Amino acid sequence: MAVKNYLSVLILIAVVVSIQLATKATDTSYYLTQLTMTGYYSLVIIGLCLVMGYAGQLSLGHAGFFAIGGYTSAVLTTYNLTTLLEQGNGLVRFLSDKGLLISTLDLYGEAVLYINPWPAAIIAVILTASIAFMIGIPVLKLKGHYLAMATLGFGIIIFRIALATEILGEADGISEIPGFTLFPGICVNGDFGNRVMNYYIAWVLVLIGVILLLNLIHSRVGRALRAIHGAEDAANAIGVNTAHYKLYTFVISAVFAAVAGIFLTHYNGGIGPSEAGIMKSVRYVAIVAIGGMASMWGALTMGVLLNFMSLRGMFGSYDDAVFGAIMIIIMLFAPNGLLNLSVWQKISKSAGKEKG
Amino acid sequence: MALLEIHKLNRRFGGLHAVNNVSFNLDQGMIKAVIGPNGAGKTTLFNLISGNLQANSGTVFFDKRPIHGLKPFQIARCGISRTYQNIKLFPGMTALENVMVGRHVQSKAGFLSGMLNLPSCWSEEKEIRTKSLELLELLDITEFADTEAQSLAFGQQRAVEFARALASEPKILLLDEPAAGLNIYETAEIARLITKIQNRGITVLLVEHDMSLVMDISDEIVVLSFGEKIAEGLPAAIQKNKEVIQIYLGDDDA
Amino acid sequence: MTAELFTQYLFAGITYGIIYAIVAIGFNIIYNTTGIINFAQGEFVMLGGMISISLNPLMPLPLAIGCAVLLTTLIGALIEMIFIRWLVHPSVLRMIIITIGISILLREVALHIWGEGVRSLPYFYGNEISSIDILGAHVSPQVLWVVGICSIIVILLSLFFKFTPLGQEMRACSSNRLAATLCGINAKNMVTLSFMLSAGIGALAGCVVSPITYTQYDCGTGLAIKGFTVAVLGGLGNSMAAVAAGLLLGILEAFSIHIVPLAFQDAISISILLLILFIRPHGLFGSSEAAGLKEF
Repeated sequence: MAVKNYLSVLILIAVVVSIQLATKATDTSYYLTQLTMTGYYSLVIIGLCLVMGYAGQLSLGHAGFFAIGGYTSAVLTTYNLTTLLEQGNGLVRFLSDKGLLISTLDLYGEAVLYINPWPAAIIAVILTASIAFMIGIPVLKLKGHYLAMATLGFGIIIFRIALATEILGEADGISEIPGFTLFPGICVNGDFGNRVMNYYIAWVLVLIGVILLLNLIHSRVGRALRAIHGAEDAANAIGVNTAHYKLYTFVISAVFAAVAGIFLTHYNGGIGPSEAGIMKSVRYVAIVAIGGMASMWGALTMGVLLNFMSLRGMFGSYDDAVFGAIMIIIMLFAPNGLLNLSVWQKISKSAGKEKG
Repeated sequence: MALLEIHKLNRRFGGLHAVNNVSFNLDQGMIKAVIGPNGAGKTTLFNLISGNLQANSGTVFFDKRPIHGLKPFQIARCGISRTYQNIKLFPGMTALENVMVGRHVQSKAGFLSGMLNLPSCWSEEKEIRTKSLELLELLDITEFADTEAQSLAFGQQRAVEFARALASEPKILLLDEPAAGLNIYETAEIARLITKIQNRGITVLLVEHDMSLVMDISDEIVVLSFGEKIAEGLPAAIQKNKEVIQIYLGDDDA
Repeated sequence: MTAELFTQYLFAGITYGIIYAIVAIGFNIIYNTTGIINFAQGEFVMLGGMISISLNPLMPLPLAIGCAVLLTTLIGALIEMIFIRWLVHPSVLRMIIITIGISILLREVALHIWGEGVRSLPYFYGNEISSIDILGAHVSPQVLWVVGICSIIVILLSLFFKFTPLGQEMRACSSNRLAATLCGINAKNMVTLSFMLSAGIGALAGCVVSPITYTQYDCGTGLAIKGFTVAVLGGLGNSMAAVAAGLLLGILEAFSIHIVPLAFQDAISISILLLILFIRPHGLFGSSEAAGLKEF
């Protein structure tokens, strides 16, 4: 990976830290809540950026993967296993023996037993990856409109399932989800006192994600992906297993979405069907498009900006309308993204030449 | 020894029999040309060999192994590489990057090692770069290494595509009309290049319209007309073949 | 299942099916002239319903419907002229995002004008409880209105495309745009016309079906997905096959209520869509050879 990118990562770190310090200095640390959530959504966005910008595949169902991750983790960590253990259920006993269960008392003093968030998260990630894998095999054979409709259809099915399944809380979703203790003393939850820590957890995760994806993009695999995007049959003829590459990329980005879903669910202490909605998926696509498709930094910047403004309620009841309008305007006037307007390109080109 | 054996290959498009029962062998180390008038099925034949199209029937053996029915990337991995009549470079990538993609089959860093940027990637990446630069040098286009490939002049684009195909270190190189759109000087350049490639021990199969190029460099020629093979032999023999002359010059008597 | 229930389901299926077919034909008309799938197709149906409902208290029902169709047609034309007309060779991805954006905007506009509530036109004849006996089943007269008017739309459209010079010009554009342009056909106007036409028939369908299915600001998405399913099922671009496919999907859906909970009904048709896309992307009635020649 080029030096330039490590420099960008350093800048990202500096920005993340200085924002936190700024909120502290100006006594506006309530912003951190939305910034934390923005961080998790950014994770979905950079993952989708890999699929759309580099592998050149459209996914209008990424909120579905976010929801699969979030809901799986939510169900596993809130489902009370006490009765099952008393009935002598073998699996529950096994989990209990391995120390994978956590037992506490609920508000009424009743003993509750649920799965430790760590194994729950791992199960959620594996489940999402498997679903993405199975869906990806047939879906990624499609192109253009068909791919768009198929992924959209997948998203709607997940939304419907979330909305109509009793164990997923139907329209109310799942609430009172416990915090996720990553390491002793480091916990993902919505506690007021943990705000700064959670802000950093979210952004460290984003940072890891960015570094992983930047590494990938600048590797042999990334080159092959760009080749697929540009001329799929030529890439195939030069020995790139295009179907596999597209599939793995899809699965990786689904995992990014799932991880975001898991963390945000624990952070918020709840998840509802709106997280699986079509508008969410469309929003992710819109942000990647606005950022310039094949620009990790563009997508990240736009994602932070728009999600933060949206979460702060700056668009009021016109939230969706604003996203719709932005999508149209960008695609009409700057189809290569806001950061890719000719002015910017000239600057980056001259900068690139100096590097030789 | 026959490196590539094509046996009774057939491909139809609806009512059109584009490749009709074509068989021939390609021996190790030679340059063989496939010629024929427009619509004779030459490019279709190429697409069948490279796996871009599936044959309706017939077999293709490469190094005694069947490769018909394999996907293009599998055939590429066996050691068959190709260029296109209407150059297909990867847009948005530099000439060097295009050639580096060509090294794909000769390298193996996967998703995980790529994401973690493991030390094993570094050395491999370095090797990919050096080998690709060597090829750019071979083709005299080193100065364009960092230029976006698609913005290059036509002849240079063709050179990049050549380099990309060679980067995979193929045993057979399929060249689809390498001289199309080139002037006579560039064509002569291409002829020299193809001979150079042959001298590296690479077997070449080419489709070409330019008769002078074909006659100059090929060891053997196959002639197709309306999907059927009508002649095969040494250039000198083909030049004298009545049927070949007839299809090229037209049936003047009629 | 009793014979009566069977007929009841059958008629429900036909009613929905023919609406899906109309949406699918709307997709096809635009797809044929432009190669674009207009993701805002369902919103035309919603707009037709909503506008006619608003106009109905002010004027007689047929006039309200007429005005609604006219207005939606104009909206269709405006959309094409503002967003599509001046783009030079837009990529498929770009068009997908733009038309999705348009659908969001139309939906949001509808939300702000008409609110979240469910609305409907009155029954054209009789009311909710009036029914006609057909084969022992009680069928609402509105069903006959829907089937009748939609059938007329389909017939008129096919006559239009076959016999009128304008229809022939549109078909010429769809089969070879460049050649049509060289023959002096203004391809750009044909595209505008195709947007108007598909907006108009969508709106009319939205009006006639409103008393049965009700109209809500966000009912377009579901209709678009199902309409697309039907369009693909019939083979994209093939309008006659879309009618058959629409009836098939409608009837399948109606009978699926018997087995699957109502909440999963959408999932049924989407699963069918996915299945078709995976197995026969060129549609039940299309040929794979022809589909292979199209660019997606």
